[in-house]
Amino acid sequence: MRAVIAEDSVLLRVGLVRVLQTAGFEVGAEVGEAEALLAAVEEQRPDLALIDVRMPPGFGDEGVRAALSIRRRWPGTAVVLLSQYVEERYAADLLTADTSGVGYLLKQRVADVEEFAATVRRVAAGGTALDPQVVAQLLLRRDSDPLERLTPREREVLALMAEGRSNAAIAEDLVVTDSAVAKHINNIFAKLDLPPADAHHRRVLAVLRFLGATRD
Amino acid sequence: MTFPSALGPPARLLRRRIGTARRDTAFLAAGVLPHLAAVPAWLSLDAKPVLKSVHLPWVVLAALVSVFLLLPLLALPLTAVQRWRYAELLAVDIPRSPPAEGPRLRRALRLLVSAETWRRVAYHTLLGPVLAVAEVLVLAVWGAGVVCATVYAWMWAVPDTGVADLYTVQAAYVTAAGLLLLAAAPWCAGTVTRVESRAARALLGPSRAQRLERRVTDLSVSRADLADAADAERRRIERDLHDGTQQRLVSLAVNLGLARATLKDLPEDARRVIDEAHREAKEAISELNDLVRGLHPAVLDDRGLDAALSGLAARVPLPVRLHVDLDGRPAPAVESVAYFVVSEALANVTKHARAGRVEVTVRRTGRVVRVEVTDDGVGGADAAAGTGLTGLAGRVRAVDGTFRIDSPVGGPTTLVAELPCGR
Repeated sequence: MRAVIAEDSVLLRVGLVRVLQTAGFEVGAEVGEAEALLAAVEEQRPDLALIDVRMPPGFGDEGVRAALSIRRRWPGTAVVLLSQYVEERYAADLLTADTSGVGYLLKQRVADVEEFAATVRRVAAGGTALDPQVVAQLLLRRDSDPLERLTPREREVLALMAEGRSNAAIAEDLVVTDSAVAKHINNIFAKLDLPPADAHHRRVLAVLRFLGATRD
Repeated sequence: MTFPSALGPPARLLRRRIGTARRDTAFLAAGVLPHLAAVPAWLSLDAKPVLKSVHLPWVVLAALVSVFLLLPLLALPLTAVQRWRYAELLAVDIPRSPPAEGPRLRRALRLLVSAETWRRVAYHTLLGPVLAVAEVLVLAVWGAGVVCATVYAWMWAVPDTGVADLYTVQAAYVTAAGLLLLAAAPWCAGTVTRVESRAARALLGPSRAQRLERRVTDLSVSRADLADAADAERRRIERDLHDGTQQRLVSLAVNLGLARATLKDLPEDARRVIDEAHREAKEAISELNDLVRGLHPAVLDDRGLDAALSGLAARVPLPVRLHVDLDGRPAPAVESVAYFVVSEALANVTKHARAGRVEVTVRRTGRVVRVEVTDDGVGGADAAAGTGLTGLAGRVRAVDGTFRIDSPVGGPTTLVAELPCGR
């Protein structure tokens, strides 16, 4: 699999290249700003773009905008955004368009190399990955909506779903059985009034509902 | 230039006294003519010769014109002359009034009716002649002093006049009187100079209200500049830490993580050291992030207060309810202070309140953004005691806001900041 990296700190870029190589990616380009990133993606059509949110020239949300534009123009390229801080508003921007092939994580998560490698592989394969801190921010905003009806445990499960975990991973995380997780998830689908459809689609809808409430 | 080693303290004191007396006297002498300049205007009001030749209405008109037009016009150059005299001879600056604005005609009309103009007219026409008399008297004291003190010289120089007939004893009295006058003259000159300066400042300079008004304007401008500078500084520090230390720390943690993931065949204690360093690095990142996040997050500039606050609230280790109800974005300075208020308040709650939950509300009502942070903790927070809260109150006041905290012992604590936002 091929990846491109956009990160303006040269020091960190070196580390990211090595981590992606460990994760089994071939790094096709390393750039320091959004324009160059778009050019690199256009040229190489990589499976994954690993993008720093804050880049020159404005040091604001350049990375988020570049990621949205990549997802729109080259749907075959998954994006993982990295940032010193995660902001639910950026997450909402990213995920309302398309929840597959999108990740948004704190930079410090890269330090847990094996876990991070698994995450980027999952996103490159069309999965979703949200940093627990974004999820915490999203949960903060939930009041007076269907999500209020969820039990704390169900919220936990939904948060982990939003992070992109599989049922087995959720079960492991919460130290419960797979069937208990499946039961929680069915309750969530019911409480969020999601129509019966194929499981993956409902899962995405639940996460969307979860995220969509941040949009005014 | 004096040479301290050559002159002892008494000699230096004397020299300074003489210098002051000379300066005051020159200043007073230069005042006599300008202070008498308005007297012809008084004389022109002496209507008797005019009355005989012209009709009364014309006389009244002439008087009105001379009082309401000529005197204000005359006051302009005379004030300039006085300002020059004070600046050049006494090194005293009579402050100018702020320049008037608007079209020329309106400016002229406003000048004619302003209290300032009439205070000047009063100085030149009423006080001027009195001051001139005082100045002449001071000069006379000097003159008489010099003449009397040197009476023996006169007796010798002009032997044929009456001066020579003075008995030597009388001449001694005259000499003594002259010396006394000379001793008193510097004091007289100093006193009159002081009185004149005070009068000039009161009548020729801007009024107290004008001075205060200008001071208030200056102060609010400089305070706003200061607040902006502090804000810019906070942004700069945030940027520097973000681009420097934070990236370096992440890079360190990533490298340690790589070592941990790839060097599988290390001895057990080497692994333990790497694990430990890896964990420490990640903790350092978290701590630094928490600190820097409180300064001025980039998302505040990009997406506004609402977006920035959710990141802040999510870091608090207890349930936070956040309501932000703003119609459009307030000024950057207001956003920055509101963010800071919530940041500090949440830090305080986490550290001291032992609260179960916090509620943050940011709402705009009219021209005020109201920030309210309520917790159900133990209370007893005192804005006067805690440095965090004192800094908070100071920053709120710097944008003309109000800050209050209601925190009875036993709780709950409510902190309210109201920030005016112009629009």
